[in-house]
Amino acid sequence: MKDDSKPRKFTRRNFIKGVGTGVVGSYAIVPGLEVISKKIVKETVEEGKGKTLLSLKINGKKISTKVEPRTTLAELIRDKLNLTGTKLVCNHGECGACTVLLDGKAVYSCHILALDADGKEVTTIEGLLTGEKLNPVQEAFIEHDGIQCGFCTPGQIMSAQAILNKNPKPTKEQILDGMSGNICRCSAYPNIIKSVVAAAGKL
Amino acid sequence: MPRRIVKSKLFFDEKFIDTIGEVSNEKYKPWEPNEKLKVIGKSIPRIDGYDKVSGSAVYTFDVNLPHMAYARILGSPFPNAKIRNINLKKAKELPGVLVIITSEDEPKISWYYGTTSLFDSHVRCVGDEVACVVAETEKIAEDAIRLIEIDYEELPFVVDAKDAMKPDSPKVHDWGNILDGKPSIYSRGNIEDGFKDADVILEDIFSTQVAVHNPTEVHCSVINWDDSKLTIWDSTQAIFGVRDQIAGSLKISESNVRVIKKYMGGGFGSKLEAGKYSVIAALASKKIGRPVKITLDRKQMNLIVGNRPDSYQKLKAGVKKDGKLTALKHYSYGAVGAYPSGAGCSWPLRSLYKCPNVSTEEYNVLINAGRARAFRAPGHVQGTFAFESLIDELAEEIGMDPLDFRLKNYTDIDPVSGEPYTSKLLKEAYQKSADAIGWYTKRKSAGSGKGNIKTGIGMATQIWWGGGGPPAYATLKLNRDGSVQVIAGTQDLGTGTYTFIAMVAAEVLEIPLEKIQVSIGDTSVDPYCPSSGGSMTAASVSPAVRDAAEQMKSKLISGASAILELPEDQLKYQDGIIYNTKDETQKIEISNVVQKMHERVLITTGARNENPKGYQANTFGAQFAEVEVDIETGKVKVLKIVAAHDIGRVLNRKTLENQFHGGIIQGLGYALMEERLIDKNTGKVLNTNMHDYKMATIKDTPDIQVIIVSQGDNLLNYTGVKGIGEPAIIPTAGAIANAVYNAIGVRIKSLPITPDKILNALYS
Repeated sequence: MKDDSKPRKFTRRNFIKGVGTGVVGSYAIVPGLEVISKKIVKETVEEGKGKTLLSLKINGKKISTKVEPRTTLAELIRDKLNLTGTKLVCNHGECGACTVLLDGKAVYSCHILALDADGKEVTTIEGLLTGEKLNPVQEAFIEHDGIQCGFCTPGQIMSAQAILNKNPKPTKEQILDGMSGNICRCSAYPNIIKSVVAAAGKL
Repeated sequence: MPRRIVKSKLFFDEKFIDTIGEVSNEKYKPWEPNEKLKVIGKSIPRIDGYDKVSGSAVYTFDVNLPHMAYARILGSPFPNAKIRNINLKKAKELPGVLVIITSEDEPKISWYYGTTSLFDSHVRCVGDEVACVVAETEKIAEDAIRLIEIDYEELPFVVDAKDAMKPDSPKVHDWGNILDGKPSIYSRGNIEDGFKDADVILEDIFSTQVAVHNPTEVHCSVINWDDSKLTIWDSTQAIFGVRDQIAGSLKISESNVRVIKKYMGGGFGSKLEAGKYSVIAALASKKIGRPVKITLDRKQMNLIVGNRPDSYQKLKAGVKKDGKLTALKHYSYGAVGAYPSGAGCSWPLRSLYKCPNVSTEEYNVLINAGRARAFRAPGHVQGTFAFESLIDELAEEIGMDPLDFRLKNYTDIDPVSGEPYTSKLLKEAYQKSADAIGWYTKRKSAGSGKGNIKTGIGMATQIWWGGGGPPAYATLKLNRDGSVQVIAGTQDLGTGTYTFIAMVAAEVLEIPLEKIQVSIGDTSVDPYCPSSGGSMTAASVSPAVRDAAEQMKSKLISGASAILELPEDQLKYQDGIIYNTKDETQKIEISNVVQKMHERVLITTGARNENPKGYQANTFGAQFAEVEVDIETGKVKVLKIVAAHDIGRVLNRKTLENQFHGGIIQGLGYALMEERLIDKNTGKVLNTNMHDYKMATIKDTPDIQVIIVSQGDNLLNYTGVKGIGEPAIIPTAGAIANAVYNAIGVRIKSLPITPDKILNALYS
């Protein structure tokens, strides 16, 4: 956490995040919030838990809950709502594994405070299903094996969904731009590309 | 006798190990080439795909138990220090903190071959475990970590292997900085005579960097005690290894430890051993009487759970004018970190080509940094880059085509053991990949391209083990409706283990894949299988599954014989139905056989057969790279990789290609960008996150063509399968380095090949 005190520099991945059609907003939002969250950490340690009421729509369902102000959106989703499909890998806005849709746009949920989602609509990987039925993007990832270990997969699929929400017929370049904020250490990239191209064709 | 116990040799974790284990002694007819098989070799979507794309796959990181507490570890901020005093007062006062354990109140549990203990009051690298806090939430545990006050006595340190080898260097351990106090030596023939015979002698120095595994799922465990019984969910490549190591550390019975791992977010070798964190969490859990989840953070992932060691390699080769190698000499050292591990990298030089005179000398050097662990083809990735670069230099020196030079030194006998291979189709791999990349048509002489963007083509060869071996078992259960469950104590790292197990059972029993469920990763339930490392999983487990399914088929024929009152030799098994060969209208489905038998579930357990004696089982391959180098910016772009390999039989074309892609792209990252950096002045790692530690992204993806030249190694095992996980990454960096040379006419001898190195080489 000590590293958080450093000012966020303009860097390659932040730049990619900024220009990516898939994942937006992270760079623009976070620097200011880090200062706030650091202060809150201190207050929490010193004064015990102060919780704030939060209401949002998650996967189509309205919820109200109390969270510590420093709680990230990813922590709310995973720890409080038990939607463990959203993964945390770097927990630092660097890898995209925690990508969810916030009002339809892809965001790194580890890099957004839960309170910033107040009044908004969040879609997680679980929200793409209809009952037990997968959506076309999820199906394409199985068919074209855009998966290895599967840990980054929910984030990959959410970024793909965001690209297709914005533009159902993306070019390959747009797909690469949009997916470039999601690291797959198994490096299943060729099949991830195929999966997104195929999903675009199905929609 | 259907089973017997045999002694065999297996290459694992950088050394040959003797294994004594039970093997199946059946003689099954070798499978036909894949095009004649029904399921095997086809492109089948992975059967665990739904779980992974729906978010329903539960990884260790996702396991939540009722009343669970959360643990975090405090690591040393210094590379070498003694702990004078630990003050836990403020941390303990924080509401929600349940227990804190440190070196002061824990039994000395030996770790890393007895060179340290679970919590050592002498920390020898940044990140070395100092204390563990267990709290009501992860956040509270993190807060409490920051409130712990430690008084360290900082000691002189060394973080560079070259420095550590000097006599006056600070010592990482009292016994010195060179593991075993001496190098590891190998030789054959007479190296001096070999150099005397040579027409041309070439010597060169290569170096490679430290690379970090960085699997996506952090190392983590969930611990639950039930009186004296311990259940551990662990993100591991070795469920039985973890079980035994934890039981030994805690001095409890192995049967009281259950290790579960259904899904894991990558390992690449970093999860082949039990982690300190699991034992620490088990101790803490016992104290508080609650389940505990312990997770490392990404910084710790980059510090203390392994890396590919760096290497300094001095190579010397003697060659005749006609291209025949007469002598090969290798001297190397590499930093294994603060505790014993391996950094040797001379195996490719020893084993790749015919050469009568070889000598190697390797030093494993201790430094004050995180300990190395096996990382996808340990040693071979570093060694192949250096050796295959030198081979290209030799070829150029005597004016020979690099591929012709390799063919000139081709060997059908393993030069180390003198034994033949179970199969070797490297010539075919060379030929097919050379044709696919346009080796003889497109490749120009080094540095001859015009303009600022220069293209080049290069190649490198791969050798690895990967034949797997016994013991490995699989249990097959057949239900009354004809559905099947296969159970095996193996692991799926994302490699497709679940799917190939189902495919093998479906192939033998001739039933639809949908009827088969696979359960793996539970030491209390599963029959034993080896750790998933060394590219051994498919080659060890798939034959055991075949044995189990073949036995089930025999059992069903025997059952049908009793039911139909016909001799077994008058029965024929086809598509899950057993026919009277004299009257095919008389038949019985396998589900009916089970229904008519008193057992509700039919069970067989299959075993891996023995590897053939007197043979070496190796995988081979060649990769060709086409690159583009911008001589103004120094940037390298890999355009295309053609990979042609002999890996025995393809089980699942879809997952095989994917794993090749992954190995190649990881190899590309290693060649061009990955590098752990340590500040020599402070001993601190500078890039402990996924931003500053550069890994390949989707935008670095080249065009990749995977060619498999082998049909199945029927001499090796029941399925003819060899492994692919490691072969995929081994030659990539060498091929890219040789292609870069071909593009710009200047050789980069140090990985990663970053723009600054290119520009320096071109203009300094």
